[in-house]
Amino acid sequence: MDDGASPRPVDPRGSDGARPGRHADAGPDDEPLAAKVRKDIWVLGAAVGVFGVSFGVLATTAGLSLAQACVMSVLVFTGASQFAVIGVLGTGGSLVSALGSALLLAARNAAYGVAMAPTLSRRSLGRRLLAAQLVIDESTAMATAQPGRRAREQAFWATGVAVFVCWNVGTVLGAVAGDAVGDPEALGLDAAFPAGFVALAVPHLRSRQGRVAAVCGTAIALALIPLAPAGVPIVAAALGVVPAVLFAGGPPSERAPSAGAAPR
Amino acid sequence: MSWWALLGLAAAAYGLKAVGLVVLGPRAVEGPALRLAALLPAALLPALVVVNTFAGDRRLVLDARAVGLAVAVLATWRRAPFVVVVGLAAGATALVRAVG
Repeated sequence: MDDGASPRPVDPRGSDGARPGRHADAGPDDEPLAAKVRKDIWVLGAAVGVFGVSFGVLATTAGLSLAQACVMSVLVFTGASQFAVIGVLGTGGSLVSALGSALLLAARNAAYGVAMAPTLSRRSLGRRLLAAQLVIDESTAMATAQPGRRAREQAFWATGVAVFVCWNVGTVLGAVAGDAVGDPEALGLDAAFPAGFVALAVPHLRSRQGRVAAVCGTAIALALIPLAPAGVPIVAAALGVVPAVLFAGGPPSERAPSAGAAPR
Repeated sequence: MSWWALLGLAAAAYGLKAVGLVVLGPRAVEGPALRLAALLPAALLPALVVVNTFAGDRRLVLDARAVGLAVAVLATWRRAPFVVVVGLAAGATALVRAVG
């Protein structure tokens, strides 16, 4: 990416320790992304690529043309939503319910966008509008697991681009080559994503606030699975941050590394 | 699926991402709002994990994915590298499916 040497605009949040009494994050904030994280990012990308193939196969089976499948993967670029659309259409559901399901599943990206905003706040509007397309589960999880701002931003772009490339190459392969690739679920790859997110959630659980948010978010999601349409349980889990802030305001030393975005 | 529906979906999906990153997020520049924003992944990622593992069609299900999650938690707790966590979880889930 760029960064580092370029003169920085004044950080409106003062997280560079300019204000007295604030935590100086200059050290970890300037650390670049660790090499082993770059390797992890491509592991995640590879798993996404296999699902891209699966999406390409199912999309054409559900009646989308090759061009439509590819345009959807480039422009919609939200795996869960895309699978929902073709799942509903493929089983004879209405277009309205297909789009409704897709948007409920895409709604969590708005919350991810809020979480990523402080990390990308120094970038130009054009750059942030480009970044917006890459705001998904994987990029947000990988980015917010990093200790400093610079590593977070690099992880966001690297993961976003890796997943974008793998997902779209996979879609083309699946739509063209068809069923030759087999079922990703037979390989257990659907379990690869929650597993990866478990590993990436760990840094968020180091603070008491993070743990309270995690427990509350998980409880909300589990409670809503039988009650609400797919997508809602995850979006609603965002409310888990409210009790965390209200009732678990720990001392500054307890804050999560991700909260490097949050000077205290 | 018509091209109009597809492009409408693309616009709405992009709008949801952009509204968070470009409109709502930058308003949370300091104070409690920023703290809420910073905590969002702590609430969302574990929720994503349990939904991806235990959600069936509007019901809670316990299947091979749960074995994968248990293995992932164990491997993470033992500080296994990311690749190992992901690989073991996928392998365990595939194994349970192959046997079951």
